[in-house]
Amino acid sequence: MKAVAVVGGSLAGLSAARALRKQGFDGSVTIVSDETRPPYDRPPLSKSFLAGATTEGEIALLGDGEDLGAAWRTGVTATRLDPRGRRVELSDGTALAVDGLVIATGARPRRPWPRMPAGVDVLRTLDDALGLRARLVPGARLVVVGAGFIGAEVASTAHGLGVEVTVIEAAPTPLSGPLGIDIGAVVSALHADHGVRLLSGVGVAGLVGAAQIEGVELTDGRTVAADAVLLGVGVQPNVEWLTGSGLPLTGGVQCDSYGATGIPNVVAVGDCATWYDRELGAYHRIEHWTAARERGAIAVSSLLSGGTVRVEGRPPYFWSDQYGCTLQVAGHTSGAESATVEEGSVQDRDFLAVYRRGGEPVAVVALGHSRSFMRWRKQLARRAVSVPPSALSR
Amino acid sequence: MIRVCPLADLARGEAKRLDLDPAVAIFHTEDGEVLAIDDTCTHQDASLADGWLEGCEVECPLHSSKFDLRTGQVDAPPAKRPVRTHQVTITDGDIYLTIASEQPNAPAGVDVEAGP
Ligand SMILES: Cc1cc2nc3c(=O)[nH]c(=O)nc-3n(C[C@H](O)[C@H](O)[C@H](O)COP(=O)(O)OP(=O)(O)OC[C@H]3O[C@@H](n4cnc5c(N)ncnc54)[C@H](O)[C@@H]3O)c2cc1C
Ligand code: FES
Repeated sequence: MKAVAVVGGSLAGLSAARALRKQGFDGSVTIVSDETRPPYDRPPLSKSFLAGATTEGEIALLGDGEDLGAAWRTGVTATRLDPRGRRVELSDGTALAVDGLVIATGARPRRPWPRMPAGVDVLRTLDDALGLRARLVPGARLVVVGAGFIGAEVASTAHGLGVEVTVIEAAPTPLSGPLGIDIGAVVSALHADHGVRLLSGVGVAGLVGAAQIEGVELTDGRTVAADAVLLGVGVQPNVEWLTGSGLPLTGGVQCDSYGATGIPNVVAVGDCATWYDRELGAYHRIEHWTAARERGAIAVSSLLSGGTVRVEGRPPYFWSDQYGCTLQVAGHTSGAESATVEEGSVQDRDFLAVYRRGGEPVAVVALGHSRSFMRWRKQLARRAVSVPPSALSR
Repeated sequence: MIRVCPLADLARGEAKRLDLDPAVAIFHTEDGEVLAIDDTCTHQDASLADGWLEGCEVECPLHSSKFDLRTGQVDAPPAKRPVRTHQVTITDGDIYLTIASEQPNAPAGVDVEAGP
């Protein structure tokens, strides 16, 4: 292998590029990014960066003076991949001839309405964050649509800036999907603890306002006045450019448990990819930071070895910072049959809960208790490793 | 020099947080080395003694930056600055620590000078 392209130059792409060099690849690496800014870290965009407490320099994803020995093609979009995985066409009319490809094009926020008045934002890029920050002036009324992690974090940050925040969530219990009803209810009660209004079990019927947003109309007939609206209603993988490559794209770029796609010499990683999860027995797209960061090396091992080296990953892990608390989640909460609080108490917003299936721990969720959380996380990893792959392979 | 504890009290693969100012994390690697670094990650306020120890590296429990226990160097962001390493000696089965003299790289918002 002499020439590898990495399409997408954010967390997953950078991690893959680092892994290429670390694993001894000495051919050419070209990183294609449709963004023009140097790579930056997204989690602070709903937290400290949105609050104005960290600078662009502080959230840079490249280390000081770090050199990946890569050629960067910034501000250009990959538009097509040929079915042999050897030619990547770019929006500037040029094409890259490659013999290895890492797909790391991430995801973008869903926009339920094609046309939206000014003052309605999604949050994915640094420019999104700058635009939203400008609206978060003390006394402004912000409506957050969707009480998932991004929505909850923006609500928390905006509240801290003196903004009057209302959160609207269609599900009866926010975060009941990722955390289960009981724990989801308690974590979402953080909003109420801080005087942020949460309207759950009600959908959004439409946006009010022609040029400028004026309010949000709810499905129960109410209207909530708004100077700004943040839509946090999920993301979709950036995979349309791969149509015609022959790669299965349902739910993301489908990969085996090590990032390999159906085309030899093409791997995919990060928010755009759905890896086969042997524990779940299904493809599962993880849209969290740690997977994008640590799976780059796994996918690159598959790429450089032609699929003969299979590096086992760890159980998924993510965190979310809201109202001064850090929520940590490891493993798969979906499919668990029970969740028991093993330390602290959910009422005190200070707990560690273990999720089990068939008596076996499958996930751990904690607010505080970081030391025990790490012990559980390691235990989940040991368990994952101890399940023989042969018993699980498709 | 500070006497920490008997070596026998710190099993291989384990770490201990010392409530000094600033706090120090002391690790006993699976290979039997005993190494000490600043406990607070240089990115945010996380305790590296709670981190994921593998070989001679500890991974931050919050956002996965890895610190080399021998050099204090960090592998990749979000943490960007190294932690200090502290000298460890074992005498008569006890662990002793000599704190490095240079300034620590505390994360923004964490005042290492203000002790508990
Ligand atoms: C506001 C916010 C807060 C978050 N907070 C947390 C958190 O607290 N904890 C957590 O675990 N996760 C968090 N996440 C999720 C985390 O940031 C993502 O999982 C991570 O960014 C995924 O990395 P990625 O490289 O796969 O994708 P992305 O970061 O989406 O990067 C993909 C890159 O590819 C580019 N691209 C797309 N298509 C093309 C193309 N055709 N050609 C060229 N370039 C292309 C994109 O512009 C982008 O630069 C947060 C995300 C956001 C937006
Ligand atoms: S706190 Fe250690 S990497 Fe963020």
